[in-house]
Amino acid sequence: MSKTDTSKTESSLSKREAALPEGVESTHAGPEYLPSTDIYETEDHVVIVADLPGVGPDNVDIALERNLLTLRGRVEQNPPSGDRLPYSEYEIGDCVRSFRLTGEIDRDRIEARTKNGILTVTLPKVGAASRRIEVTTE
Amino acid sequence: MRFWNEYDPRRFRDLRREMDRVFADLDRPRSTAFPPVNIHADENGLEVTAEIPGADPSVLEISALHDSLTIRGELPTMADEEGHTWHRRERRSGPFSRTIQLPYQIDAGSVDASCRDGVLRISLKRPEQDIPRRIEVKAS
Repeated sequence: MSKTDTSKTESSLSKREAALPEGVESTHAGPEYLPSTDIYETEDHVVIVADLPGVGPDNVDIALERNLLTLRGRVEQNPPSGDRLPYSEYEIGDCVRSFRLTGEIDRDRIEARTKNGILTVTLPKVGAASRRIEVTTE
Repeated sequence: MRFWNEYDPRRFRDLRREMDRVFADLDRPRSTAFPPVNIHADENGLEVTAEIPGADPSVLEISALHDSLTIRGELPTMADEEGHTWHRRERRSGPFSRTIQLPYQIDAGSVDASCRDGVLRISLKRPEQDIPRRIEVKAS
């Protein structure tokens, strides 16, 4: 599976802002960040696990357009009261990240679930079961 | 390894870019501890928030004493199973513990914590006697 963003992965302390294509703007005011993501592949599936803290199941948007899978999480900004002395080590904002899928994914059987702010997207590979061909010996 | 001609100005260009990237983030307090926290405070109390996606709220330990707050918990670890090929491994996993210094002493008996969708919110109240009283100045 190839990636659309080429930023290096490292245990960075600050969130990386999502890059938009040249000349494209986001319609809303806040910044958008790339969620930290794990991706692994098994014989039958490709699994994407993304950290989307503050994003409930109703605020996750998964879109598949041609080969581009876009994960988007909307965060409800709830600034606490008492803003006189804000000390801030992290930013709060929506998350978005896109991945280009290879042709081997069965789009109709893609599944997604969220729990405790983690989104897991399971992408079954096309015909994984049927590809196993029995070889018998004479 | 790259070997630069001693007088080549390009050798500084990359270093400068690297330094710019480091300093670009410096307007924000930096901590290497996990989880990063945001603290909002007024005279009556504090609210501390932290992002701990995946942490199971039932095994979180929050404790407060005087002017320090300790957050302890565990992020789920993905078992390295046979036949898994990893393409990206960016997420944090495993146990974490952090003790934070608060701007003032708080009432350890009135700490309120909630965790939803991986966001931890802790409210801490200041002891009644510590809350500054406004003194009225009379004009004569």
